[in-house]
Amino acid sequence: MREVRVALLEADVALPVVKSFIKKAKAKAVGTEVLKSINPGQMVIKVVHDQLVETLGSESQELNLIAVPPVVYMMVGLQGSGKTTSTAKIAKYLTEKQNKKVMMASLDVRRPAAQEQLRVLGEQTGITTLPIVEGQQPVEIAKRALQSARLQGFDVVMLDTAGRLHVDEQLMVEMQAVHSESAPTETLLVVDSLTGQDAVNVAQQFKERVDVTGIVMTRIDGDGRGGAALSMREITGCPIKLLGTGEKLDELEVFHPDRIANRILGMGDVVSLVEKA
Amino acid sequence: KRSSNALSTGITDIFTKRKLDDDVLEELEELLITSDIGVSTSAKITANIARTRYNKEIAPDEIKEALAEEVAAILEPVTRPFVLDESRKPHVVLVVGVNGSGKTTTIGKLAKQYADAGKKVMLAAGDTFRAAAIEQLSIWGERTGAPVMTTKVGGDAAGLAFSAYEQAKANGTDLLLIDTAGRLQNKGHLMAELEKIIRVLKKLDADAPHSSILVLDATTGQNAINQAEIFGKVCDVTGLVMTKLDGTARGGVLVAIADKFGLPVHAIGVGEGIDDLQPFAAMDFARALSGSEQP
Ligand SMILES: Nc1nc2c(ncn2[C@@H]2O[C@H](COP(=O)(O)OP(=O)(O)OP(=O)(O)O)[C@@H](O)[C@H]2O)c(=O)[nH]1
Ligand SMILES: Nc1nc2c(ncn2[C@@H]2O[C@H](COP(=O)(O)OP(=O)(O)OP(=O)(O)O)[C@@H](O)[C@H]2O)c(=O)[nH]1
Ligand SMILES: [Mg+2]
Ligand SMILES: [Mg+2]
Repeated sequence: MREVRVALLEADVALPVVKSFIKKAKAKAVGTEVLKSINPGQMVIKVVHDQLVETLGSESQELNLIAVPPVVYMMVGLQGSGKTTSTAKIAKYLTEKQNKKVMMASLDVRRPAAQEQLRVLGEQTGITTLPIVEGQQPVEIAKRALQSARLQGFDVVMLDTAGRLHVDEQLMVEMQAVHSESAPTETLLVVDSLTGQDAVNVAQQFKERVDVTGIVMTRIDGDGRGGAALSMREITGCPIKLLGTGEKLDELEVFHPDRIANRILGMGDVVSLVEKA
Repeated sequence: KRSSNALSTGITDIFTKRKLDDDVLEELEELLITSDIGVSTSAKITANIARTRYNKEIAPDEIKEALAEEVAAILEPVTRPFVLDESRKPHVVLVVGVNGSGKTTTIGKLAKQYADAGKKVMLAAGDTFRAAAIEQLSIWGERTGAPVMTTKVGGDAAGLAFSAYEQAKANGTDLLLIDTAGRLQNKGHLMAELEKIIRVLKKLDADAPHSSILVLDATTGQNAINQAEIFGKVCDVTGLVMTKLDGTARGGVLVAIADKFGLPVHAIGVGEGIDDLQPFAAMDFARALSGSEQP
């Protein structure tokens, strides 16, 4: 189990999550003692792997569209995590695969050219974006987006928000204000899969401030081990709903716990480690 | 502006004047791990601390200071501010990194510092891929008064870099900062694009780019080590900037990178504002990481 602990830490699973995970896996391993005589190494792997899959959430999680239209989706997260790109990806998916009429609105009045970025993505995908009104503040933009979507009969409104640090009180309060104004059906926390130990702080703080309903993990196309997925899932209890697998707008996939579990374990490495043990 | 409360309280919790035994060392190691230093570098640092202090009574302040000193000892040799080479005219700086790490913002901040110092700065919008990346850099150009060279969306970044360099040479620019599209280091074709930019710049000066700065995000975990290794190889990284240290992430992976590759660290980003770039200071960084306050 020492090797498993190191493997998890090197995969960027947050320490408190590693600890509780190991505890549970140990208990399980003891319970499956009977098989031990067959192949102890393989059995540890299997127990840990199964436990990972279970924690990550074995059920596939669909986006919730059950609400009186326009259904509101709000995207939140740290700076640069991939919110704007994911907004456009999800909008495209809902439009093309679910036949929904989707509008996107950027509430990011901070980052230079952020609203312009979403507008361009709208153009690229043929999805309507809320016209930009210079100087308007996030809560006002959210109101306008909802109103305009209602009038024009949109099924879904996607609200892209500015990146913010969980310790930035002013921006966290602003996010809460937008949330209570727009009452989103999905509040999606967008997280970089390359995130390290700080994942616990981020998850905790965002979850406390707004009712996060799901997680989107981006940059799965990287060679990160993706331990943040386990940390996020464990801390928030929220399902990981989608994976961003590239910069292009069709690079969005549903979450497969099995694949992430293998990645976290660095499958090859751990198998050999445990075989030595 | 930086916070390090988590680790700080952690240490105070374990060390209310106790003997530095194995249990304490393990807790110490774990606290280092939570800063993203990584398992092996954490072990190395705690072993160093144990060497002289094992089984001695030690107060929380002492252990924090000892920890800060160990970390600083690793970082001291890589602490090297970015220095503008006035003889170049222009000093060409290529800014690289994974998606969303803070390249464009860091360029804006650097442009501000050198423009304030009376230098002639030019920016090149080498990210022709991401939506509104050119507009984003253009706004930083407006904020800093630096002209921005652009090409069309989807245009050739290497070609743009070349003509920006030519123009900067012709008009006596001191510093040319070239923005690039974010790319993950495991994507061969995108890394090859970077090589092409460098190759093309060398046609004008074999020493160009005179600096290649890799921008790392402090929230990134152990993958930053791969980033440093591969970007380091592909574009001869001459220095690092670590951004987003204004959050709770303490960027400990920088210590592992310093230990492994010895890449110079220039500066840290501590916010989204134009002045939120600070020179890297090893002891300050180490103290923030270990939760040890400046005496
Ligand atoms: N490789 C890869 N890049 C991604 C993915 N998702 C987003 N990106 C890139 O990450 C960078 C940042 O993405 P944005 O969507 O602008 O991130 P954001 O969270 O809106 O950023 P801010 O608004 O500045 O906080 C861009 O270069 C995107 O192309 C992904 O799944 N894979
Ligand atoms: N809090 C904080 N945010 C930062 C810092 N540096 C950059 N950011 C934010 O991080 C996000 C991404 O920054 P960019 O400069 O666009 O990053 P980039 O590397 O150019 O991104 P791509 O071009 O999409 O790969 C933006 O929202 C910035 O405002 C920093 O030091 N602290
Ligand atoms: Mg955005
Ligand atoms: Mg950029």
